[in-house]
Amino acid sequence: MALTTKSNLATSTFWTLLTYTLLALAGYAALFVAPTEKTMGVIQRIFYFHVPSFWTAFIAIFTTTFGSIAYLATRKNKWDWIAVSSAELAAAFLTVGLVTGPIWAKPVWGVWWAWDARTTSTFVLWAMYVSYLLLRTLVDEPERRALLSAVVAIFACLDVPLVYFSIWWFRTQHPQPVIGDGGYLDPQMWRVLLYCWGALVALFLLLVRQGYRLERLRAEADGLRMEVERRAL
Amino acid sequence: MSLARATGLILAKELRVELRSRELLSTTLVFVLLVLVLFSFTFDPTAAEARRFGPGLLWLALLFAGSLMLQPSFVREQTNDTLSALRMAPIEPFAVLLGKLVANACYLFFVELILLPIFAALYNLAILPVLGRLLLVLLLGTIGLATTGTVFSAITAQARLRELLLPLLLFPIVAPLLIASSEATVGLLSTQPYLDRVWLVFLLVFDVVFLTAAWLFGEYIFEE
Amino acid sequence: MSTTGFSVQFANIEKRFGMRLALRGVSISISPGEFVALVGANGSGKTTLLRIAALLMRPSGGSIKIGGEDSETLPAIRARCGMVSHATLLYDELTAQENLQFFAKLYDLPHAYEICAAALERVGLSTRARDLVRTFSRGMRQRLSLARAMMTGPRLLLLDEPATGLDPEGQAWLGSEAARLHLEGCTILMSTHGRNEVQSAVTRAVRLDAGLVAEDSHEGGAIRDILSRSGPEE
Repeated sequence: MALTTKSNLATSTFWTLLTYTLLALAGYAALFVAPTEKTMGVIQRIFYFHVPSFWTAFIAIFTTTFGSIAYLATRKNKWDWIAVSSAELAAAFLTVGLVTGPIWAKPVWGVWWAWDARTTSTFVLWAMYVSYLLLRTLVDEPERRALLSAVVAIFACLDVPLVYFSIWWFRTQHPQPVIGDGGYLDPQMWRVLLYCWGALVALFLLLVRQGYRLERLRAEADGLRMEVERRAL
Repeated sequence: MSLARATGLILAKELRVELRSRELLSTTLVFVLLVLVLFSFTFDPTAAEARRFGPGLLWLALLFAGSLMLQPSFVREQTNDTLSALRMAPIEPFAVLLGKLVANACYLFFVELILLPIFAALYNLAILPVLGRLLLVLLLGTIGLATTGTVFSAITAQARLRELLLPLLLFPIVAPLLIASSEATVGLLSTQPYLDRVWLVFLLVFDVVFLTAAWLFGEYIFEE
Repeated sequence: MSTTGFSVQFANIEKRFGMRLALRGVSISISPGEFVALVGANGSGKTTLLRIAALLMRPSGGSIKIGGEDSETLPAIRARCGMVSHATLLYDELTAQENLQFFAKLYDLPHAYEICAAALERVGLSTRARDLVRTFSRGMRQRLSLARAMMTGPRLLLLDEPATGLDPEGQAWLGSEAARLHLEGCTILMSTHGRNEVQSAVTRAVRLDAGLVAEDSHEGGAIRDILSRSGPEE
């Protein structure tokens, strides 16, 4: 597989610039285009990144699971590379979601953190994917690492609906004052929300590709080193 | 050879080994007891609080104990590489995992049976009227913990810092189990005892999902 | 029931551990009943090759056939393969008898009790049958390990430096046992540092060097020479 050629560089620069433009426009839209929310005021605008972060994290989780299953089935390294890049991004987007939550919650509802259903579930998910990443740093051999983390990723994915249901049902049994967006959204708000989500998905795709290429280059470097060793005999 | 027979043979071997040394059982028992007693030092619950929070503490203590006990259970197969001997045998690969799993479930359940009366005494809880249903909840919860715990201990046995890594991987995964078991137990210990059907079915689903996952993906863990 | 050994075909076997290539394309064709001594310095790939032959390890490249079958999971083949390695593959907390009976039942051997008793007799451990393996010396553990491997009537026996830690008497005993099995038709693949107790029984010597076949007595070279040229001891 070729190293970075001139045309590769041009293509990836294009996509990077495009993604950054989309993100900048999303930021602008969130800050200026969306109408100001009646009760919460300006701080509510963080919602346009807070909610799509979770949605994008789910896309990342789905990608990791798919990559893990594909690796177990085919044993082709590229699936492992996709799985790990995606998992890193899942953790990253979940972190964004978890951090923007309190920033929004404190001025509006007066509390940094509420153990409501969604936040609690997200926290558990975050812990799962962070520990997945920790597992990867603690297994040295690449083939073993890929196999073990694939199994963990599959178990984590299976657990996601269980986590959400159990915490939701718990909250139903023990209700607390509702925190978070109400149901209704102005159509203009919807448009901005979806647009911001699109920008985040573009970012996800860009970063997944970068992560994948990084892993591939690492593996190629190892392969070249081994080839040198082999030829030296 | 059928899966059931192979699992039975491995289970019998597991139990025999453990009964000889009793190291896992005794240390787990003492640990859970210590945790429960320490919890009771940190707060002095009213009767209502004990009914409300006690079960959660019991399950938390079991979770901690499990995460400590599950790892050595697997490392035992590494000391003399008996794991390779098991893998070479003409049995279904899942039997190795299943045998360990059932053995771990047995150890945990045994510990729970001994702890239950002590727990009830420490926190003044009426367990006798609901004993049957309580044992059912304990059983389902234990199976779930043993399933995920055994799979993950097999995984972490091949990583560095395994004693630290196992709780890190296991706790988020069993969070739903913890919630379901605690809540079901709270329901049973309340002044008007009831068994929440939803939690019961949930525990069953949890067990089935992860047992199936262990069956489908377990053998990849042992590959070299 | 045939008692001839299995054939073993290693075709271009590669095994990678991360950046390290333990085996770089090993091709050896072993006929039924051969007694092959595998020699080479530490790190030359002997243990890796044996573990692949035991179907414990998956090669990164190439293929292995045992008894003519792509034998990934064929239980019938696995049931007739035995291995003795430097780990004992025994449970310290069980008695010698319990260990053997466990494995006998796992391998679905008929008349398990009699077979175990006979195996203990054959390795001279009948008097210690009811003692915990934890109390055994290294030599006794190796004997029990061999009993476990032999008990199933293997048609392929894999020995990974089995004489390590044995006193000269133990080594001689091991050599005679291996020779006896060879006479009974079993294919044997034994890795050794070359200080060899079974020179007379060995039918072929293969030397590995850094993951490749460096010398093979089937392609020239006397067995004795290859064995003595096994490389530095650790």
